[in-house]
Amino acid sequence: MIVSLGDAVEELVRDGDVVALEGFTHLIPHAAGHELIRRGKRELTLVRMTPDVVYDQLIGMGCARKLVFSWGGNPGVGSLHRFRDAVEHGWPQSLELEEHSHAGMAAAYAAGAANLPFGVLRGYTGGDLPARTRVAAVTCPFTGEELAAVPAHRPNVGIVHAQQADRHGNVQLWGILGVQKEVVLASERSIVTVEEIVDELELRPGGAVLPSWVVDAVALAPGGAHPSYAHGYYDRDNDFYVAWDEISRDRDRFREWMQHHVLDTAGVREYHASLAGEVTAA
Amino acid sequence: MTMNGYSADEMMAVEAARRLDNRTVCFVGIGLPSLAANLARRTHAPGCVLVYESGTIGAKPSRLPLSIGDGELADTADAVVSVPEMFAYWLQGRRVDVGFLGAAQIDRRGNLNSTVIGDYAEPSVRLPGGGGAPEIATSVENVFVMLRHSRRAFVPQLDFMTSVGDNVRVVVTDLGILEPRAEELTLVAVHPDVEVDDVVAATGWDLRVAGDVHETAPPTTDELAALRSLDAKGNGRWQ
Repeated sequence: MIVSLGDAVEELVRDGDVVALEGFTHLIPHAAGHELIRRGKRELTLVRMTPDVVYDQLIGMGCARKLVFSWGGNPGVGSLHRFRDAVEHGWPQSLELEEHSHAGMAAAYAAGAANLPFGVLRGYTGGDLPARTRVAAVTCPFTGEELAAVPAHRPNVGIVHAQQADRHGNVQLWGILGVQKEVVLASERSIVTVEEIVDELELRPGGAVLPSWVVDAVALAPGGAHPSYAHGYYDRDNDFYVAWDEISRDRDRFREWMQHHVLDTAGVREYHASLAGEVTAA
Repeated sequence: MTMNGYSADEMMAVEAARRLDNRTVCFVGIGLPSLAANLARRTHAPGCVLVYESGTIGAKPSRLPLSIGDGELADTADAVVSVPEMFAYWLQGRRVDVGFLGAAQIDRRGNLNSTVIGDYAEPSVRLPGGGGAPEIATSVENVFVMLRHSRRAFVPQLDFMTSVGDNVRVVVTDLGILEPRAEELTLVAVHPDVEVDDVVAATGWDLRVAGDVHETAPPTTDELAALRSLDAKGNGRWQ
């Protein structure tokens, strides 16, 4: 139940899997993303509403075959250069896209969590996206209204980061919750990294609890959301997001950075040590 | 910064803010929309409700967030909801009055492209994509677009239609204000020191100009002071 992140990734993620790392701006599971890169996972279909820096790294390191997403930018900064390079130039390999809207992605996760085959919403109306993605029209049997149906997300593995787990592997997260609960419940297998393991969870208003029996592995990864943040633990490293623009713009510079900070580090502690003293501000 | 002592971004934020009132529930993106909505809350519309798509409803940040999910938004919000709830209950539930959108391209109907430049399958520029935009554009009665004016952005034909323009009520640019008249975006106002011809020249289609084009009022001292107190470094960045 409570295992090392390396063991969790080795055991639960296979090459070719559909893998969803979620966290909407907050609690993004970067430490787990790094571990996927260290373990050389390949041919993954990566699912995520906002494939920001965490997927830019996975895509640039050649882990992804396909991306299912709704917004692919560096929040508040601009482009994701590795994502763009893969789509525009096929580097380091071509990347198949399945593109949705946020509302469609959210409905697809909620449907997956509810064990339904599709999510339904009033959306994807007009515009050019429906012709390019997996969406279909369904008719309401009661009113005759035409609505959009999106196939449920049922990832092989769902990965999220949370603030706390107890010694039995019960997990609690709070603050901006995104789609983390949905992705864990929608996935066949799940990994949760946490900031801290405590004797007993103190229930928080507005928090979400994932009982241990819906989670396959819990791994301690303090600072594991960096450069994202963990509410109550540390703030978002806005300077890093700005710095990433320059780091990721050039293929060699990107690879060098990943080598030094991810491949040459054994885990989240060494990753943070490698960043210490290196000013990330642009 | 112009000789008038304010920037084009500040002019845009002020013009957008003036269109929000004390009861407006407003769906905000990062960058200029966030600046405009926070400015409204600090000047004439303290009751304006800011909704960020990360799930924070009624956020009251003291300075501009860099992302739509900064911790301060959650700390100051009336409620924090999950993303599925945000899109299903609040946006689709039609509880939002005004939605801000930006884009790389706009056409004369107010349709927007934030997906690709060039062909979808082999784009010359892959943009971030729609995010919340497709459903904001259809679930919110009043869509406000904020976009810098250029022939590259104001195009006769979009490379990709990310969201539809049916509910676009105003386009605030760095040169002036466009509103739909008879289903076509029409120039209704120019900012101080901007000529109508400048706007026509910066538009990639034959821009319709209203007979009664007026000049927007420059930012007041109070508006500028409120704007700058938001520590608006990095405004003009978009999500």
